[in-house]
Amino acid sequence: MSDAPIGFESTDHPVLAIEDLTVSFDGFKAVDGLNLYVQRNEVRVVIGPNGAGKTTVLDLICGKTAATSGSIRFNNHELTKMSEHEIVRVGVGRKFQTPSIYENLSVFENLEISFPRGRKVLGALLFKRTPDVVERVEVVAAEIFLREHLYTQADLLSHGQKQWLEIGMLLMQEPELLMLDEPVAGMSVSEREKTAQLLGRISQGRSVVVIEHDMEFVKSIAHKVTVLHQGKILAEGSMEKVQSDPKVIDVYLGH
Amino acid sequence: MKAVYEKLLGGRSGFVGLLILAALLLVVFPLGLDIFRLGLVGKYLTYAFVAVGLVLCWGYGGILSLGQGVFFGLGGYCMAMFLKLEASDPISTKIQSTPGIPDFMDWNQITSLPAMWQPFHSFSFTVLAVLAVPTLLALVIGMAMFKRRVGDVYFSIVTQAIAAILSILIIGQQGLTGGVNGITDLKTLMGWDIRTDSARLILYFINAGLLIVCILFGRLILTSKLGRLLMAMRDKEERVRFSGYDVASFKVFVYCIAAMFSAIGGAMFTLQVGFMSPSFVGIVPSIEMVIYAAVGGRMSLLGAVYGTLLVNFGKTYFSESFPELWLFLMGGLFIVVVLYFPNGLAGLYETQGKRLLARLRGKKPAAETAVTADSQIAIDNINLEASK
Repeated sequence: MSDAPIGFESTDHPVLAIEDLTVSFDGFKAVDGLNLYVQRNEVRVVIGPNGAGKTTVLDLICGKTAATSGSIRFNNHELTKMSEHEIVRVGVGRKFQTPSIYENLSVFENLEISFPRGRKVLGALLFKRTPDVVERVEVVAAEIFLREHLYTQADLLSHGQKQWLEIGMLLMQEPELLMLDEPVAGMSVSEREKTAQLLGRISQGRSVVVIEHDMEFVKSIAHKVTVLHQGKILAEGSMEKVQSDPKVIDVYLGH
Repeated sequence: MKAVYEKLLGGRSGFVGLLILAALLLVVFPLGLDIFRLGLVGKYLTYAFVAVGLVLCWGYGGILSLGQGVFFGLGGYCMAMFLKLEASDPISTKIQSTPGIPDFMDWNQITSLPAMWQPFHSFSFTVLAVLAVPTLLALVIGMAMFKRRVGDVYFSIVTQAIAAILSILIIGQQGLTGGVNGITDLKTLMGWDIRTDSARLILYFINAGLLIVCILFGRLILTSKLGRLLMAMRDKEERVRFSGYDVASFKVFVYCIAAMFSAIGGAMFTLQVGFMSPSFVGIVPSIEMVIYAAVGGRMSLLGAVYGTLLVNFGKTYFSESFPELWLFLMGGLFIVVVLYFPNGLAGLYETQGKRLLARLRGKKPAAETAVTADSQIAIDNINLEASK
């Protein structure tokens, strides 16, 4: 385990290792021979124009989409051969593009459902709200700025609060790899700042992969940026390096 | 003890609701109705088992099964096979060319009891079969469908097809099943004549008691984390899956429970009415049972019972008075409920009834009414408070 937040050259023990990953939908290669390595404690941001395959990469990692070929290794697990809930159970959490929460349940219950206990039928039937569950829910709620709203029904939250709630639901699972698809979409400026701080705190001890369009936000959180274009990596490196790359400028401004 | 009160009985409002239902079923009906009418209520209550199961799997789980008659029928047939064998002892069937087998088999030139019928000589096997056969069938259907992520309307269509297949199968295998007439002329249960008035009264109470047990079991499921997961799955299936749950196994579970409840209802139907026929298996009865749950309120276990009783009383009254109008009324009722009262009678009570009650008591509707817009939330809040 490396203590350095930026794991540039040390690709010896990546938490996530994607190799030669390809997926084709009826001949269209949405992701094409992708290689991507993410280190522990790293915040990686994936950017790229629309249709570059960013969300598809997350779908492939979390098992929502099956890979055509290639491998995704997470610690010692080959994720391409596992089902979605098994991938979650080995420590991968994923936030969706639009806030995906249970609108009819309270914030407390939303978080509680994500607590990694009683995940089988019988376990869920016999699940008890023990003090450690309540404590964990309260800690996470404080982390995501929703401490005051524990007993609010989730559909009454603002859009930004819903985004935080979904991040909180992932934190309940204590994932080693956290994947966030556009976490600040639709947020106000102050909410964006708070989210950046939140990501800074929660990336300690785990790896985070973020898809984002907001370049200011990307600058404030990214250790390393990967630019995807037409399912392939166009550039990779620090934000400054990527922004000055002529190929990247061409893709974003040109055509 | 407090946990039992909150979890099983659903706190104060749930407990009072249950008490009222129990008083109605166990005191008011037996005292107020003659044995013929009470028998009718008993028959309706066997359908209520199906409706209660539908509240769990449709209302909370979002799984609309249009084939619950399959499980009702299988439970009923298992019980009917036992009773028929008892009614077909060699002495009372001595005029048949093969004495000792059910009469319809004799009419179909069958000369020995088929192997499938043999174990139904045993009552304990029969009870086991009533519970296990429909549940196992639901398990197989559920695994095949939910593991492949067949859902929504496709699932409903498949269940309807299964209902059609089973009723055709039963009608076609006349020598094994009694065909379109079903299994009739049932007399005794281990020597106890089930046709007498006293037997019908006892069976009525057993039936009502079992129904209340099923409702309590349903409450236990709904107030557990599993109940919240069902609602979560209904609204955001992907999110539940990506929170580390195998969504299919939860759907299979609640579908199996609904099947088992239906089967208990079917077996009690056979005992009280004295026959079982394919007319309770097919598409039409299965859809009628969904209407009971819809009218009563698909989110309310108690509402489902009232819905079943109301629709069936209506059916009996109108089909006696205006036989040709009844089907139109039933269809119209369903349309009105779906369009204007999506949560059925229970929903109407939650929004209007409570306000009315509060006004009658001369009180302003307290904070309670604010949260009871959705009864489940009320239950959850009580749980929260209890756990603090």
